[in-house]
Amino acid sequence: MTTDNYAIAGTPTAKAALKSDAETQGPRGPKPKRLSPGRIGVYAFLVIAALFFLVPLYVMIVTSLKDMPEVREGHIFNLPLRPTIDPWISAWTSACTGRNCTGLSPGFLNSVKITIPSVIISIIVASINGYALSFWRYRGAEFFFNLLVFGAFVPYQVVIYPLIIGMRYMHLFATLPGIIIVHTIFGMPILTLLFRNFYAGLPIEIFKASRIDGAGFWQTYFRVMLPMSVPITVVAVILQVTGIWNDFLFGLVFAGPTNIPMTLQLNNIVNTTTGTVAYDVNMAATILTAAVPLVIYFVSGKWFVRGIAAGAVKG
Amino acid sequence: MQTSVSIKDLSLAFGSVRVIEQLNLEIGQGEFLVLLGPSGCGKSTLLNCIAGLLDVSDGQIFISGKNVTWEEPKDRGIGMVFQSYALYPQMTVEKNLSFGLRVAGFKKEEIAERVARASEILQIGPLLQRKPANLSGGQRQRVAIGRALVRDVDVFLFDEPLSNLDAKLRSELRVEIKRLHQRLKNTMIYVTHDQIEAMTLADRIAIMRDGVIQQLADPHTIYNKPVNLFVAGFIGSPSMNFIHGDLEGGAEPTFVSNGVRVPMKGYAFDNGVPPSGTTKGVLGIRPEHVAIHDDAARMPFTFDGEIDIVEPMGSDTVAWIKLAGQSFTFRCESEVVLQVGQRIRLGFDPARGSLFSADTGDRL
Repeated sequence: MTTDNYAIAGTPTAKAALKSDAETQGPRGPKPKRLSPGRIGVYAFLVIAALFFLVPLYVMIVTSLKDMPEVREGHIFNLPLRPTIDPWISAWTSACTGRNCTGLSPGFLNSVKITIPSVIISIIVASINGYALSFWRYRGAEFFFNLLVFGAFVPYQVVIYPLIIGMRYMHLFATLPGIIIVHTIFGMPILTLLFRNFYAGLPIEIFKASRIDGAGFWQTYFRVMLPMSVPITVVAVILQVTGIWNDFLFGLVFAGPTNIPMTLQLNNIVNTTTGTVAYDVNMAATILTAAVPLVIYFVSGKWFVRGIAAGAVKG
Repeated sequence: MQTSVSIKDLSLAFGSVRVIEQLNLEIGQGEFLVLLGPSGCGKSTLLNCIAGLLDVSDGQIFISGKNVTWEEPKDRGIGMVFQSYALYPQMTVEKNLSFGLRVAGFKKEEIAERVARASEILQIGPLLQRKPANLSGGQRQRVAIGRALVRDVDVFLFDEPLSNLDAKLRSELRVEIKRLHQRLKNTMIYVTHDQIEAMTLADRIAIMRDGVIQQLADPHTIYNKPVNLFVAGFIGSPSMNFIHGDLEGGAEPTFVSNGVRVPMKGYAFDNGVPPSGTTKGVLGIRPEHVAIHDDAARMPFTFDGEIDIVEPMGSDTVAWIKLAGQSFTFRCESEVVLQVGQRIRLGFDPARGSLFSADTGDRL
């Protein structure tokens, strides 16, 4: 083809000249990657922004490793001169909330007792919801789904009081099952949406094949769909664990005095002042409370991305 | 021939959209029936109705003499193969094959025996412990066929099983499916939009359009005696030439278009005699039925023309010319040298053509 074009374009000499021109001057091979001033600016901005957002964490960590006399000196950016883990031990075992000097540990236990059942129940219900909504197109499925999605936009505060009345009526107010039910209900819209969209992305033929193979509603769910939902379940677990662990409002309202979660206890510790404010203990307590979601994020970060990617790619 | 699948007055509507209208179809025992049509013609929908994956709006479906209209898919005695393979990704090939049997609670030995038989027939023995993700497209589709095979059913349903494969694999698996049918002698219903698959595999082809079967006949009849313009245009590649004009009836029926007179001597009219008087008609001539140069002279009808476009296909060459002012293609061997602008003599036998009514599109 090319030779034909050249033959039309000109004489053999012209052709040779054209060729050598292209050989000596034209770009060849991979395009060189140069760091342009614009790029450098972008990276510089990103690094500065990252450092800026890390400053509070840095201050928290160094303060929590200082003793009170050193904290009082007020050099908050300095590294600890006499590093100690006493504030951490105190935050965990003996920090006082009012007259109770038990530290954060009972709150941690309560948070675990609230989070684990809430996460498990809400995910099981939501995945069955999503499965039924995307594959078993029963009458009114669309309406039901819209209702659920609408639920995601209802502000919590609006329904708290009616919920308190309802819970009291069922003798579940201020009990462990009560708070678990509340978390399950409020996780339902977003989790159902998540699972429905995941299942809607699977080829419908797999469901059809399973029906032809004779599997019913539950067999298709447990033997075909559930094993395929690992990535989205990981995403849901991360979402729910961080959400429920960080919850303050529902814990405050529905958990009752015996089940107060870690976030609430942290608040009580920080706000209890007898004499001086124990900044070192407060910092340690805050880091301890934030540790669980942080660890989950760091450990599952790869899974988190993989879950989202697997949701996007069909099959 | 004993009837295997029988569909009576089947209708299906999604809300106000009518997908299938009053469809009747009888499929014989061991027959290979292909449902062929363009996208959205209702062929896959019909297959899903037979499988029981869609509830019908009206009508009945019988499989092996049993009314299965209200039966669950698993109780209908069918196996189905899908375009997207639809293998269970987390199960090995072996588990994929045996899933239906395990759900039905078969004994272990029975399951092992059936899986072994199916994997022997399809030559997927070495793949049994692999997961679908580690199989090629052709292997996956073989496993999907195997899944239908182990169920030991009377009727196999194929929903465009080869459409996701590349051209080479497609023709290989096509032959394999044909071999499978010859070996098993099951009833097979096969949905495709690929006319080559339809022509090569089918005992009978049902050509569908807008939920209605246009023609149900063996491939030879479909190709040579299409019942209407739609079927004539759909089957054949390159598609049939259509010359618009008038048909003059009488003792010597003649097709006239822009002064060109084509004598229709020897043409078998659909109802035995040509229509009386003059009717608006369409003459259909297949490009492969056109002769050139010396061969043309032996044909009952010859004409000259100037070549517009030449398309070399490798195995043969298709060229475009004008007849009675209308576009006309013909096909010849690739050795014949054709050039744009060249004048050439062409001929064809009108008796091998097809005449259609311009009003109804039906064969005359």
